[in-house]
Amino acid sequence: MGNVLSFRNLTLGYDRHPAVHHLDGEVPEGDMLAICGPNGAGKSTLLKGIAGVLSPLTGRIEGTVPAREIAYLPQAAELDRSFPIDVYDLVSMGLWRRAGLFGGISRADRGRIEHAVAAVGLEGFEARPIGTLSGGQMQRALFARLLLQDARLLLLDEPFTALDAGTIADLTALVNRWNGEGRTVIAVLHDFELVRGHFPRTLLLAREAVAWGATGEVLTSDNLAEARRMCEAWDEDAPACAPASGRAA
Amino acid sequence: MYDLLIGPFAEFDFMRRALVGVLALGVGAGPIGVLMMLRRMSLAGDAMAHAILPGAAVGFLAAGLNLYAMTAGGLVAGFAVALGAGAVARATQMKEDAALAAFYLISLALGVLLVSLRGSNVDLLHVLFGTVLALDDATLLLIVSISSLTLVALALAWRPLVLESVDPGFLRSVSRAGAPTHLIFLALVVMNLVGGFHALGTLLAVGLMMLPAAAGRFWTRELTTLIGLSVLIACGSGVLGLLVSYHSGVPSGPAIILVAGGAYALSVLFGPVGGLLPRFLPQRHLEA
Repeated sequence: MGNVLSFRNLTLGYDRHPAVHHLDGEVPEGDMLAICGPNGAGKSTLLKGIAGVLSPLTGRIEGTVPAREIAYLPQAAELDRSFPIDVYDLVSMGLWRRAGLFGGISRADRGRIEHAVAAVGLEGFEARPIGTLSGGQMQRALFARLLLQDARLLLLDEPFTALDAGTIADLTALVNRWNGEGRTVIAVLHDFELVRGHFPRTLLLAREAVAWGATGEVLTSDNLAEARRMCEAWDEDAPACAPASGRAA
Repeated sequence: MYDLLIGPFAEFDFMRRALVGVLALGVGAGPIGVLMMLRRMSLAGDAMAHAILPGAAVGFLAAGLNLYAMTAGGLVAGFAVALGAGAVARATQMKEDAALAAFYLISLALGVLLVSLRGSNVDLLHVLFGTVLALDDATLLLIVSISSLTLVALALAWRPLVLESVDPGFLRSVSRAGAPTHLIFLALVVMNLVGGFHALGTLLAVGLMMLPAAAGRFWTRELTTLIGLSVLIACGSGVLGLLVSYHSGVPSGPAIILVAGGAYALSVLFGPVGGLLPRFLPQRHLEA
């Protein structure tokens, strides 16, 4: 199987300050990759870059998956929870690729929506306004929407933060199933136990890649200490990054 | 009863025209107002209404009280401010509300300057507060066309409009429809404001959009119902406001908006969805 993503000297950032610095590497198709690292390590930034929300400062991301086959669940969804819409309609947004601007929702699509709602354990909640959901229920609804998106590459930014153990177990099982179907999953995670249990491969990021490979070999105490050391704060007066030999600036 | 409710419209042609005008305005402004409120743009409508003033003033200076000149001027000024603010917001770090504030203030100052260069205070009052009791055929046709166009455009752009309001990040991740949708929506807002300003004036035209929407929010958690309710309140305020104005002799534009304001006040007090009274009334909690 080929690579879904290749990072070539990738630098992503804001206001010329790099948050991901000169990253190189590949993500093979069907990978189940966790991205770990200290705060400010550039984990979310990398996902934004892959999702196409943020353009690289230098370097590039080569992807074989077309943008419409990528599903991205951001960390702080811009979702307006006070909007008067119910769970069913929120989940059905996942059919956008199938239905688009004007396409109708067929009976088969209704079946898919019901199936997705059931898969995340939200049966009976279809008519509930999203404003009445708890944090865990909301995340389940968003996962149902992801399920309907039927994407080849899933980008999850801290999908389990502030959730109870039961919800995390259910949603992790769902992610594992997606991966079992051959979909590539990249998730930003903080819980090392979860990563060790479910994600065979890990990228430890501290603006640059500290280590990238089999989870057991990446999440060592030496590597984690190194990651904390490397993740320096934003320097307002940082000099321009010189194009070192061998690096295309 | 007949004299109170039907007589004024049966007897006077100008009242019938005003009635058609406010009903058409209500039908267009209702859904637009709901979407503006839900998109956190309640005050953006007010800003854009101010922005329309200089355009209408230029039209007025060029051609006097000419419907087409003032409409065209208002549309151009409204679009310029909406697009300019949108472009600055997308190209720089500035948020859209701040950019809009900057643009509309410039536009407003320009408008006041232009109106005071020529024209008397009466003319300024006409532009500011409209003349719902003096709508001619051409103006009525314009208002009705704008309302019809609004409904058609909303029907076509409904899905991305709602999606962009609920979860703009998600829409961005699946489609490029977000930006054009936002532009179409801004265009509809400007058009409805321009339609409204002939009847109610640039400043009060926003009232028929925002007050019914804000009132409706206290009665339902469901989007479709909210829009229906908002249209109902807008049209009802129009009719009731005209009657109040007819019987008591107060100016009709403010009367219409004040009736809508009354509906809002009642909704704040008694609305079952987050209204004051239901909230403080001692009610036993439910079992599930």
